[in-house]
Amino acid sequence: MTLSTKFLGATAVLALTAGAASADPAVLFDLGGKFDKSFNESAYNGAERWAEEAGTSYADVEIQSDAQREQAIRRFAESGANPIVMAGFSWATALNDVAQDYPDTKFQIIDGVVEQPNVRSVLFAEEQGSYLVGVAAAMASESDTVGFIGGMDIPLIRNFACGYAQGVLSVNPDATVVANMTGTTPAAWNDPVKGSELTLAQIDQGADVVYAAAGGTGVGVLQTAADEDILSIGVDSNQNYMHPGEVLTSMLKRVDNAVYDALTAGTDLETGIHVMDLSNDGVGYALDENNAELITEDMQAALEDAKQQIIDGEVTVVNYNTEETCPALDF
Amino acid sequence: MDLNTLIQMLDATVRLATPLLLACLAGLYSERAGIFDIGLEGKMLAAAFVAAAIASVTGQVYLGLLAGIGASLLLSAIHGVASITFRGNQLISGVAINFLAAGLSVVIAQSWFRQGGRTPQLSGEGRFRSITLPFAESLSGVPVLGPIYAELISGHSILVYVAFLTVPLTWWLLFRTRFGLRLRAVGENPAAVDTAGVSVIGLRFAAVGICGILCGLAGAYLATGLQTSFTKDMTSGRGYIALAALIFAKWRPWHALYACLLFGFLQVIPLRPDLITNTLGLRLNGQLLEALPYILTVVILAGFVGKAIPPRAGGTPYVKER
Repeated sequence: MTLSTKFLGATAVLALTAGAASADPAVLFDLGGKFDKSFNESAYNGAERWAEEAGTSYADVEIQSDAQREQAIRRFAESGANPIVMAGFSWATALNDVAQDYPDTKFQIIDGVVEQPNVRSVLFAEEQGSYLVGVAAAMASESDTVGFIGGMDIPLIRNFACGYAQGVLSVNPDATVVANMTGTTPAAWNDPVKGSELTLAQIDQGADVVYAAAGGTGVGVLQTAADEDILSIGVDSNQNYMHPGEVLTSMLKRVDNAVYDALTAGTDLETGIHVMDLSNDGVGYALDENNAELITEDMQAALEDAKQQIIDGEVTVVNYNTEETCPALDF
Repeated sequence: MDLNTLIQMLDATVRLATPLLLACLAGLYSERAGIFDIGLEGKMLAAAFVAAAIASVTGQVYLGLLAGIGASLLLSAIHGVASITFRGNQLISGVAINFLAAGLSVVIAQSWFRQGGRTPQLSGEGRFRSITLPFAESLSGVPVLGPIYAELISGHSILVYVAFLTVPLTWWLLFRTRFGLRLRAVGENPAAVDTAGVSVIGLRFAAVGICGILCGLAGAYLATGLQTSFTKDMTSGRGYIALAALIFAKWRPWHALYACLLFGFLQVIPLRPDLITNTLGLRLNGQLLEALPYILTVVILAGFVGKAIPPRAGGTPYVKER
């Protein structure tokens, strides 16, 4: 190595550290990747919206394995990023360790709870949004049998299933809800082939509306539902556009708002537990030109009615995460 | 459980067994010629990506299929050059191919289509449609045999029939032709083949090439037959299950078919927990059901297969005596 290349190398290292030392916020995506058309993509959209409006940029990373979590948070914290937003419950353990070492950095975790003074934990009332799409599913179903396909079998996803089943039974107490989980490992988020087979199996059992809360696996569910001419329900992001006229609606989880709000608040981020539910538009159902013909006026009225009842407290949707048991569905 | 439900389950078995069967036969050719191949997974994944990408760009699924086979052949060639020409370690070369395919497919897909390592959804001519065999409609009224023909045998994509026809073809090629005899000999005793004046290198490259073609079919079936797009890591371990099936079948084509159908059926069982509850009268835990195929795989491999002896020259590069 010649002297000049050594100098070049040293300059490059300096430039890199200088770039990293600025106080840009950071967004950390979960294993699904930031274009999963679902949860992570919603977080990505929120971050992009903030970057465009604020005219600045943010650092981000898509991890490839669970082992990288602690390292990823630590590196961003070390480089001065503030606040650091991470999408996904799986970050909780790693964040709990790292947050104590960087008391001056603000962290936000979505879908998980970390009890540290400098962490904001954002939870979504998925059971409320799922309840609404359950109401829609029960009204759209002609066979009185509806399906649910979850990704990885964890309490978070069971909460989706439980809220959905409660919504279905509120409209039609005699309806059958068929619920399946894709798997028990993170690979369950990325197995569209199994998603398709589960959909076909549920169709055999009579289901004519299928709700997928399964990340990338849901792509297979929505495709098969469209091929077999039954209705499907998307999740997290608005997925109505994927098969126009064949996706009944999507359960919206406004992860984008959670990320946008955190980045806007910047270092003044309020810590503690923050729940996003129907009352603050944290969850909801999607209505656009792609499903306008599927959502009848009756259905829309029933949905708005149910929404208002939940906000007013007249209807309580059981949260599986806190109750650990579901009145409407047996797992 | 009534006949219709059983037919539906067997129908799913056929769909899920097809990629396993193609990959298993691919491994069979390669390993019978003395080249271990744990890169089946990677080759399938690369083929799945390229097939879906080309099919979406051109709108022609057959062009996609050809391109997928081409991609798989390219990886086969790398494996061949590394392990035959340069006499490298076959396992390491195979692992390298798996990593290469897993990483490259997502990176290229992202920079090409900007959909997060996914390819656009295929429609119309861009995907394999299911074929209705002749008389399927009119015969479906016949009791028992009618539904079996109309639901189970008819109504799959063409690649499923190709996969099942490959089984007798492989048997004929390996056990009834001169090429097959030499191919098997090169996996057992390459020195003898060399003494007879037949090229060991040539035969091994031929076997690795056939392996590439079959893996290409398997990958294309996943992305353009079963699904309508490529998604990250969509093979989800099917290449490894195919290897287990190959050992279970003791490197024999007909047994490979039975093994793959069995493994396919084991994957279908967890899809219908309601049937298990009805048949057994008790409710099995979801996690247990998920683990069932793997538990049974271990039990079958450890308990029922007996001694599985791989081709004797498998894994060792051939060095000509001087």
